[in-house]
Amino acid sequence: MHFSGFRVIKEALTGHKGWKPLWRNPEPQSSYDYIIVGGGGHGLATAYYLARTFGQARIAVLEKGWLGQGNIGRNTTIIRSNYMLPGNEPFYEFSMQLWEGLEQEFNFNAMISQRGVLNLCHTDAQRDAFRRRGNAMLLAGADAELLDAAGVRAMAPFLNFDNARFPIKGGLLQRRGGTARHDGVAWGYARGADMRGVDLIQNCEVTGFRIEGGRVQGVETSRGYIGAKKVGVAVAGSTGRVMAMAGMRLPIESHVLQAFVTEGLKPVIPGVITFGAGHFYVSQSDKGGLVFGGDIDGYNSYAQRGNLPVIEDVTEGGMALMPMIGRARLLRVWGGIMDMSMDGSPIIDHTDVEGLYLNAGWCYGGFKATPASGYAFAHLLARDTPHDTAKGYRLDRFARGYVIDEKGVGAAPNLH
Amino acid sequence: MTRLSGGLIDRSRSLNFTFDGRKLTGHPGDTLASALLANDVRLMGRSFKYHRPRGLIAAGSEEPNALVELRGGARQEPNTRATVAELFDGLDARSQNRIGSLRFDLLAVNDLFSPFFAAGFYYKTFMWPKAFWEKLYEPAIRRAAGLGSLSMQADPDAYDKGFLHCDLLVIGGGAAGLAAAQAAARSGARVILADEDFRLGGRLMAETHLLDDAPATGWVSGVEEELASLPNLRIMRRTTVFGAFDHGIYGAVERVADHLPEPGDKPRQTLWRITAKRAVLAAGAVERHIPFANNDRPGIMLAGAMRAFANRWAVSPAARVAIFTNNDDGHRTAIDLAAKGVDIAGVIDSRDNVTAMGSYPVFAGGVVSDAKGRLGLTQVEVTQNGRSQWIDCGALGVSGGWNPNLHLASHHRGRPVWDEALQSFVPAKDGPPGLIVAGAANGQGSTAAALRSGAEAAVQALGELDITATLPDLPQAEDVVSKPHALWHVPGRGRAWVDFQNDVTVKDIKLAHQENMRPVEHLKRWTTLGMATDQGKTANVTALAIMSELTGKPIPETGTTIFRPPYSGVSLSVLGGGNTAEHFRPRRLTPTHHWAEAQGAVFVEVGPWMRAQYFPRPGETHWRQTVDREVLATREGVGICDVTTLGKVDVQGADAGEFLNRLYCNGMKTLKTGMVRYGLMLREDGIAWDDGTCARLAEDHYVVTTTTAQAGPVYRHMEFARQCLWPEMDVQLISTTDAWAQVSVAGPNARRLLERIMDEGVDISNEAFPFMACKSLTICGGLRARLFRISFSGELAYEVAVPTRYGNALMQRLIETGADLGATPYGTEALGALRIEKGHAAGNELNGQTSPQMLGMDRMVSTKKDSIGAVMSRREGLAADTRRLVGLQPVDSAQPVLAGMHLFTEGAAQNTETDQGWITSACYSPHVGSAIGLGFLARGDERMGEVITGANPLDQQQVALRVVSPHFVDPDGGRLRD
Amino acid sequence: MLIPHPLLGLRDAQEFTYLGDARLIDRPDGMAEGAEAAFAEYVYLRDNPAGVHRELWFHEQGDRSWLIVTRDTVTHEILGAELARNVALAANGGEA
Repeated sequence: MHFSGFRVIKEALTGHKGWKPLWRNPEPQSSYDYIIVGGGGHGLATAYYLARTFGQARIAVLEKGWLGQGNIGRNTTIIRSNYMLPGNEPFYEFSMQLWEGLEQEFNFNAMISQRGVLNLCHTDAQRDAFRRRGNAMLLAGADAELLDAAGVRAMAPFLNFDNARFPIKGGLLQRRGGTARHDGVAWGYARGADMRGVDLIQNCEVTGFRIEGGRVQGVETSRGYIGAKKVGVAVAGSTGRVMAMAGMRLPIESHVLQAFVTEGLKPVIPGVITFGAGHFYVSQSDKGGLVFGGDIDGYNSYAQRGNLPVIEDVTEGGMALMPMIGRARLLRVWGGIMDMSMDGSPIIDHTDVEGLYLNAGWCYGGFKATPASGYAFAHLLARDTPHDTAKGYRLDRFARGYVIDEKGVGAAPNLH
Repeated sequence: MTRLSGGLIDRSRSLNFTFDGRKLTGHPGDTLASALLANDVRLMGRSFKYHRPRGLIAAGSEEPNALVELRGGARQEPNTRATVAELFDGLDARSQNRIGSLRFDLLAVNDLFSPFFAAGFYYKTFMWPKAFWEKLYEPAIRRAAGLGSLSMQADPDAYDKGFLHCDLLVIGGGAAGLAAAQAAARSGARVILADEDFRLGGRLMAETHLLDDAPATGWVSGVEEELASLPNLRIMRRTTVFGAFDHGIYGAVERVADHLPEPGDKPRQTLWRITAKRAVLAAGAVERHIPFANNDRPGIMLAGAMRAFANRWAVSPAARVAIFTNNDDGHRTAIDLAAKGVDIAGVIDSRDNVTAMGSYPVFAGGVVSDAKGRLGLTQVEVTQNGRSQWIDCGALGVSGGWNPNLHLASHHRGRPVWDEALQSFVPAKDGPPGLIVAGAANGQGSTAAALRSGAEAAVQALGELDITATLPDLPQAEDVVSKPHALWHVPGRGRAWVDFQNDVTVKDIKLAHQENMRPVEHLKRWTTLGMATDQGKTANVTALAIMSELTGKPIPETGTTIFRPPYSGVSLSVLGGGNTAEHFRPRRLTPTHHWAEAQGAVFVEVGPWMRAQYFPRPGETHWRQTVDREVLATREGVGICDVTTLGKVDVQGADAGEFLNRLYCNGMKTLKTGMVRYGLMLREDGIAWDDGTCARLAEDHYVVTTTTAQAGPVYRHMEFARQCLWPEMDVQLISTTDAWAQVSVAGPNARRLLERIMDEGVDISNEAFPFMACKSLTICGGLRARLFRISFSGELAYEVAVPTRYGNALMQRLIETGADLGATPYGTEALGALRIEKGHAAGNELNGQTSPQMLGMDRMVSTKKDSIGAVMSRREGLAADTRRLVGLQPVDSAQPVLAGMHLFTEGAAQNTETDQGWITSACYSPHVGSAIGLGFLARGDERMGEVITGANPLDQQQVALRVVSPHFVDPDGGRLRD
Repeated sequence: MLIPHPLLGLRDAQEFTYLGDARLIDRPDGMAEGAEAAFAEYVYLRDNPAGVHRELWFHEQGDRSWLIVTRDTVTHEILGAELARNVALAANGGEA
């Protein structure tokens, strides 16, 4: 079924009787060419691109709960390609370009909104680092502008320019950055994959891998054994648990990141703004809630919930940066499990088990990567070679000394 | 409507307030909601999506409709529930989310187009033309969306944070909570009783039940009086416990001054972190409504709320009301209102064979199937035995049973379980450890059961702490449990609202089912059900039940949802606790701060520190003038700079040398007593982490310095090494950063200046005290000090350390004593320029991505010993990295050099692949006479003299740069050693 | 969270700085054969269990003890805390 304004009008006039299920609820087949473990954003995007771009068939996505249950269902919806390192920036810019055509391509309005991402700096050293980063972005074909304090003030006059503990010196602006409706992205990919014959199987938890002679044969699931020629795992947050079933230890720790939304407010914040002297980033959703976040709680956790000190810390940051939000009320706090990798960058690679592939380690920046991650993972699965922009995301880069450490904090997952 | 009789309001005084500019009056004890009803105001808000006219649904904090903007100016507060806004004299409230007046909201046009706005419609349209989303559709949607508005000004009020500890926290001051608090307090345990209301009693104040044959308010007052007399119990009214966190920690907000016109000298609100060994959740229950066509007309409300307004606040929303119920509870409302003289149009009870419990008409087996009255209810349609009739009424109370208010019990993600007998979800057993749920929140909703379960919960909780509490004598109370008939909605063709605020109707749920958005999380996200300010307190269970009807699966198999903190909205101001603006983080001041201030220094934030950035003199019009002067004064005379912010760690013990040997990549064990060595610390992954100096004051005593930024982390790391890696070593550490003031004295006149403050017999001649020497000595007539001959600037230089309290005096003495030598204070800007001229790496170079190889220091990493990071620094990827630290100088000395420029071979294409490095630090060098920079350049060490391009595409700049040694000043180091 | 400090009793977790897996106290010998592989594993690989986890916390705003806390990463329940130095000494064959 093709979605369009005309269709909406037609259905409205005929009592909405014609809407079809967004996807089927298929029974799992006995085997597939490709099994993607994890029906979150990255898993669904992988299946979509495998079917659509790489022309593959007999694909299943296995999801232990409901589609989009992963971190795509619980994030702060920011899209951007404002990285510094050559191992990262071309990949995220590729992702941004995929975002830019995505809705028309998969015929689903994911409310991608390029209202800009503004990172603020508060010291000369930060500004120097922003200049390096902004130039790296431009050199990779992305857009970037370095603003001085007056430039920031013109964009966001409501920031604290009067009595800030850490005065705003300027900012790095990416106008093409912005937000997307996170659930819409998951549903768009799911629907697009389903339309191309991918079996999306919900309530199907993978409980083990069948590995014989160093080669994966299939997966054990809560709905029985399913054979597969290739298995791709994209289960951010649960990567450690799932890959332990294949006997692997990984350069990943699971941590909780809390995110926040206020009650609905009339528009106040134009795009995405990040504080450079504290842990706080914010945007305003189309519904009017201020969606914000900060640092991870900082301890290993699979609990999907965090604690009060971080709630206070993040809010303090917000209040310091934009004191006019004080009378808004926090509506909801939620927690997601993050795959915090040892260098803050992801892994898209094959494993030592033939036919078993891994997509993991997205820290708390996986949402913006969803299109490129799916595309690159599909590329790897279909062709057995890494996508050009994802060559650095190898599993052996840690042992060999090719880490991609954007923040420069080393093997300290809770600091990335 | 005039007031009814009775109620807990103080009729002796009147309070003036305004709503949308209308001047109205109420009484102390009123909420804004009750006062509005008393003034015949039923229309209080507009819904989120269709802008439907709305009135009150509830009487408590779960209210989804009557959201108003409160107060004005910078105190403007959006989205306040009228039901929790305590009336005060001068209160100014306005309706919100409308264009035009509340009665004639232009956006109500949305309602006409509602067929087009069905669940999920956004996702299916607005895709073409592509550019229109950001330019047209989205801005229009954003303008229409949102609820109230912010003032765009900083909040002028004060906020506070506090910590409390107790044996038992009782959440909720209704029947169960009061009984729990009474039982617990009598045991002597430390107890906190918190309630969101301004009055204790909870539901008891809304009912007419007798306790021991007397009105319940008497019992409540008695308990209150007793509790107030006990020193071990703290009553916290107006305090909402909003979250249950780990290990018995609860977040609570006390609204200290929200009931006052202005807070005065009080904080407006206080954020409490309550650490409770045990807690009793006695938060009561939230009544369910029953969706039917147009069930959102102003005047249609929950029957329990209608009863609360009548009994506690002595108001009825209309002179003639009807009740729609599926259980006995609705009849109570009819009885109570009738007793107060309200005309009961009838009780429509979905159960067959029910009879009236008082003198009012009953429509047994009937349902309400429609309602009229756009801005206020006028009639409801009653359908009974297939026949429909319209009956007149100005308000309708709806009772669909009660949902336990188990919000906090699910904050640890324990899923509520379905209780078939109660037809509701009750708290799971795996709730937050230490939290016991009692009373209606646990499905024990009769007054007698609530009292009993509250007291029992307290006894049980304290028993777990080995505190003996006994059940108090509880009053006799009603013990009727009304089992609702399972009626989740009234089928029909019109729109029937499930989630009022977000405008989710039964049809939307059907559509979600039709489109296979059936898992409860898909249902919520597709329709926005439960995403409103009440977090679905009034909607979720009903929606689940309707989905269960559609799927044919029982409710528990359809799914459950949990709640997340906060229980109700918490202002960002109070969560920030007042740590805003300049109080966001503490300021650390250096020992010479006040002196520098007196000199007119400009300060800069350096991490937590405030440091002097430069010292402008009269006549200097630009900061560069000042900095150039300070740099030249240092190179030509003597400059003085406070470097106290560097981290200092005292390392003592027999194994101190061996310990440092393992921490630094270069050797420290062989350092001679009385000497200093530069030290490079790696992270265990082989990346350069921090540098500093290591001074050996005695055989078993070292003092090491760290960079300002890493002082904390390096000390932590050293303790890790001492306690966890090499615990058998005899070594002790202490951070002495705050104990010693340290001042750098640099320049050709440095020695001459210092000689003037040395005590008798202290010889600091070049022979006696050569480059890299150190010594404990006395200065200025007996002041103990430490002297280090080290240089960051490339000049003859020393650092002098004295006990912190003498830092200011030392600085003053040096400047005065050295006036004839050109003694000049310099700040961080000159410090930076001096070190760039000398080619010393600092924070911009040591950014956590730099290998020792890149710094040209790989040979420092000893292969003869094991040290942190040594092994990993030799990894293939690090060894293969050819980037090296170089100096860069513009070919045309007028050209700029900027940190953050990227480096390219001259004439090469410029992109990520051809990128050869970047400039880490840059400054204007008075010594060189042009801008200069340091940078990392591929094969940099082999390219001396080559002209390359520095590119700054952000400003379309391209600068020809010559690759030079990073040591712009005195490359041989002669000056250091003179 | 509250951490039961073996010397100081229950302390708010905010007083502590977290490091991670307690295996970080078992640092390989940098001079041994195959040290690079041993270090790659030591520095980068983690068990990352969903359940009982032994982990290092530093009492930064307190007595500067490093503790090994045993905590369930699913429920956040804390099962115990020891002085890391004692554990390290015992592991090295010394006296705790």
